[in-house]
Amino acid sequence: MKLEDKLYTVGSKPDEAGSHLAIKDPAPCLGPCEALGRPCTTFCPARVYVWATDRITVAYSNCLECTACRTGCPFANIDCRLPRGGFGVAHKYG
Amino acid sequence: MSERFDCIVAGGGLAGLTAAYTMAKAGLKVAVIERGTSPGAKNVMGGVLYRQPTELIFPEFWKSAPVERPVAQQSLWVLGKKGALELGVKNPARTAPPYNAFTVLRAKFDKWLGRQVVDAGALIIPETVATDVILENGAIVGVRTDREDGDLYASAVIAADGVYSQIAWKAGLRREWRPDQVSLAVKEVIALPAERIEDRFHLSDGAGATIELVGDATMGMMGIAFIYTNKDSLSVGVGVMLADLVKHRRNPNDVLENLKAHKVIQPLLAGGVVREYVAHMIPEGGYESIPKLFANGLLVAGDAAQLVNSFHREGSNLAMHSGRLAAETIIEAAKRGDFSATALSRYRDRLDDSFVMKDMKQYAGIGSYLEHRPHYFGVYPDLVNDVLFEFFAIDSIPKREKLRIMFRKALESRSLFGMLRDGVGLIMRLLLKSV
Repeated sequence: MKLEDKLYTVGSKPDEAGSHLAIKDPAPCLGPCEALGRPCTTFCPARVYVWATDRITVAYSNCLECTACRTGCPFANIDCRLPRGGFGVAHKYG
Repeated sequence: MSERFDCIVAGGGLAGLTAAYTMAKAGLKVAVIERGTSPGAKNVMGGVLYRQPTELIFPEFWKSAPVERPVAQQSLWVLGKKGALELGVKNPARTAPPYNAFTVLRAKFDKWLGRQVVDAGALIIPETVATDVILENGAIVGVRTDREDGDLYASAVIAADGVYSQIAWKAGLRREWRPDQVSLAVKEVIALPAERIEDRFHLSDGAGATIELVGDATMGMMGIAFIYTNKDSLSVGVGVMLADLVKHRRNPNDVLENLKAHKVIQPLLAGGVVREYVAHMIPEGGYESIPKLFANGLLVAGDAAQLVNSFHREGSNLAMHSGRLAAETIIEAAKRGDFSATALSRYRDRLDDSFVMKDMKQYAGIGSYLEHRPHYFGVYPDLVNDVLFEFFAIDSIPKREKLRIMFRKALESRSLFGMLRDGVGLIMRLLLKSV
């Protein structure tokens, strides 16, 4: 089963008002993080972070709210917050 | 929101709900701030819930709570690339009281727990994030929330807001976690008819099984995988130390798919339908990672306090026990009208006197010991399986010659000295602390 299909199984209400995730500064991603393989683009369980030519795109509406990106970014360059109350994932089983 | 509470609990998980229930039963005015639509909506566990620790707070909970199956079989599978070594215990008596443990699905179980908390007289405020603490004269007197005019005041606050505890962080009790202090786990709930589950796992009388898997289950990285039986679904997941995922550039979903496709595992899951995919971080830094747990007007419990004994798959019981001890400390503080850090430090004493800190201390350092010896997860599982494959191959080779072949095979992946040091080292680490 593809990850995209798995993400459809997750009950979620994305916050239309905006993203709870952001790359603080594009410089480390372009520069020194390339050599490290830009870890957020590999370890994120929902593959929210994707390298697109010259920057990382953030598909926040797929976020599963594990907050690993905040801890795993080698440059502490991801501003990862929790979605506003009532938004984001709502587990059926958990 | 101008009313004042005796205690505000940030987070409606096992620690927070247990704390709120205990305090409400004692007559305190309590509010639980929960960011999900209801308790459980954001929560994830493997999950095994232990009967005795839960009953200390909710007697005979299994009669009304949504539990899945009583655990009567537990096993550890050492998964190699080509096979598996199984070690297990079967206790049919565990299908009747006194139970030892139940599999649960937290979205359902926590919702039930939330109802008990409300019935006990506490207020649950859903769809609200506790974002910061309110400080007055050096004491925490409430929390900020993401609601408009959302400041809430109380004599004390319990931070039970999980591994990513905003409250403990904003209060300055913890730093950012390091990638070697947390595991990143992903899990699928896979629907499968009850009869199939019972056939495949050899279960009767509604019994449940838990399987923990190491080795190829985590593609040799530091972590563990699991397969737990629910009523008519399986919980299948893997948890890997985040630092290892970063180092090996692996995606946890790929690790899970690797496990599901393994020749030994695939037949257990065949025909199942994935109902949900979730991800969660587990605080696995152990004793050394436990932050300061009290301040003026604040206590920290559960995952927020890094109270997980990953070696024994325990977390839910530590969360509930710490939640209860935090509540008892607040009840005592309320009687004296003293919520200072000195008064609340009794919480730490209570934890130290209980199995919680005794166990956390017992396994102190085991995580970093294993972390620096990656062959436990990356080399031995295949070595053991390859050697046993050879041992059970009946191929007209004399046994003495066979032993030599097995020995040579073992030495291909690890030196004799290395193996001796690893074996003795691990035993010493586990045993010496207990004497």
